[in-house]
Order: sequence, then C-alpha cells, then structure tokens
Amino acid sequence: MTRLNNALLLLGCPELPVQTGIALYLANKLAKKDVGVTIAGTMSAINLIKVSDPEGNYAKKMIDLDRCIENLAEKRMDFDSCFVFIHNDAGISYLTTMRSISDADLSAIVFGSDAELLASMIGVECEKIVAKTAHNPIPLKKKIDEVL
Amino acid sequence: MGCIEEMNYEIILKNTSFKECREFVEKNFKEIYKVKPGYKMFNVYLIGVPPVMIGVDGDHVVFPYTKPCYGTFLLRIRGEEEIALLRKGGGT
Repeated sequence: MTRLNNALLLLGCPELPVQTGIALYLANKLAKKDVGVTIAGTMSAINLIKVSDPEGNYAKKMIDLDRCIENLAEKRMDFDSCFVFIHNDAGISYLTTMRSISDADLSAIVFGSDAELLASMIGVECEKIVAKTAHNPIPLKKKIDEVL
Repeated sequence: MGCIEEMNYEIILKNTSFKECREFVEKNFKEIYKVKPGYKMFNVYLIGVPPVMIGVDGDHVVFPYTKPCYGTFLLRIRGEEEIALLRKGGGT
C-alpha cells in the first residue's frame, strides 16, 4: 500500500458487533502510521464509537454518513484511502458509490454470515478484506494485519 | 438525507437489493434514465451500483433509495423539476 496521509472509515449499520471494535482497531493502526483518520457513520454507529472511545483516543474525527457523502459528491473533501465496512447489500452500494464520488484507494472490509457472497458481488476495483464473522473480531483483525 | 423521508413518497419495493430495483425499473417503465451513484435528486445523493436506473411515471420519478440499516427501497415521488433535469441531460 502506498503512503497515506488521510483515510476514511465508512461504517455500515452497527447491528453486527465486530464493526465498532474493528473500526477502533483500524483507526488506531492507521494513526500509528501517522494517517489522519475520519470515521463516517449513521448516528447509532457514531454513538457506539463515541461511547467506546469516550476520550477520543482512537476516533479523533467523526462525520455523519449523509454529510460525508454530500461533501464527497460536491468535491468539498476527499481522502487518500477509504475503508468501507460491508455486511449487507447496502454496503456494496456505498462501496460502489465511493468509487464514483471519490478518488480514494478503496478497501472493502466484508464480514457477517454472508461475507463470501457479498465479496463476490463487489464489482469495483478494491482490496477485499473478508472474514465470515459477526461477533468475534479476531478473524477480521488477522486479515487486516495481513494487509496493513 | 432526511428530506426525502419528509416527502410524500410511495414505497414500491422495500428491503430489496440494488439489482432488484434496477430490474423493476427496466421492466416497468418506458422512460428510463441511467445516472451515476452520487447523482443529486431531491437534494440527496443517490447511493447505488451503476447504472442507477430512474424511471419516469407521469409526473413522478421512481428511484432506489438506500439506507445502511434498512437496505434499498424503490420509491415513487412526484418530481416535475427532477424529471426536467433528467430530460435535460442529467441522466443518459
């Protein structure tokens, strides 16, 4: 992976427990590489991050998902890299939308019971980090460690 | 994207997929426009997998609307201005 200055973590619906833990783990890992990290998500997804990291040690910048999409579509901001969290069909739609509205290098973090099927549906060029897990973050953590 | 939820909309398909929305629009409407994800309509930016299909049904537009926790809906909303923009070249 080339040198990054900033990265976006685009969260999906927070119904699967692994998402929040992996988002904070990834944010920390990127921060240690001097990458500025912004986390985008729904109100619930962002609130889970805030409650899990109340002093903002790992999640320093957060933005509402819809506002993030608007800012990217209007070219008011962009990122070197974007990690899209995917565990349902909507996640694929967000990943593909990112390809259209952003120049960021894309990575798809695919998890949940349908992870392999969802990964096979991805039609845009991106790094795929795939683990069939919903509760235990370790399989996904291992896959992230192989890439970053 | 709250404004769409405050509009007078009809849900044609709910908890569906982007693929089913595309197929439904292709099968059921004669006037169809293809737009890229991020296309702005009703002051929101459409989320989807290209080609995102928008159907015109009289003075209503039929288009996919995606929310992270609820999946994709196919909505029908009155939108003369949006139709005019599509006909003007907003879509292909």
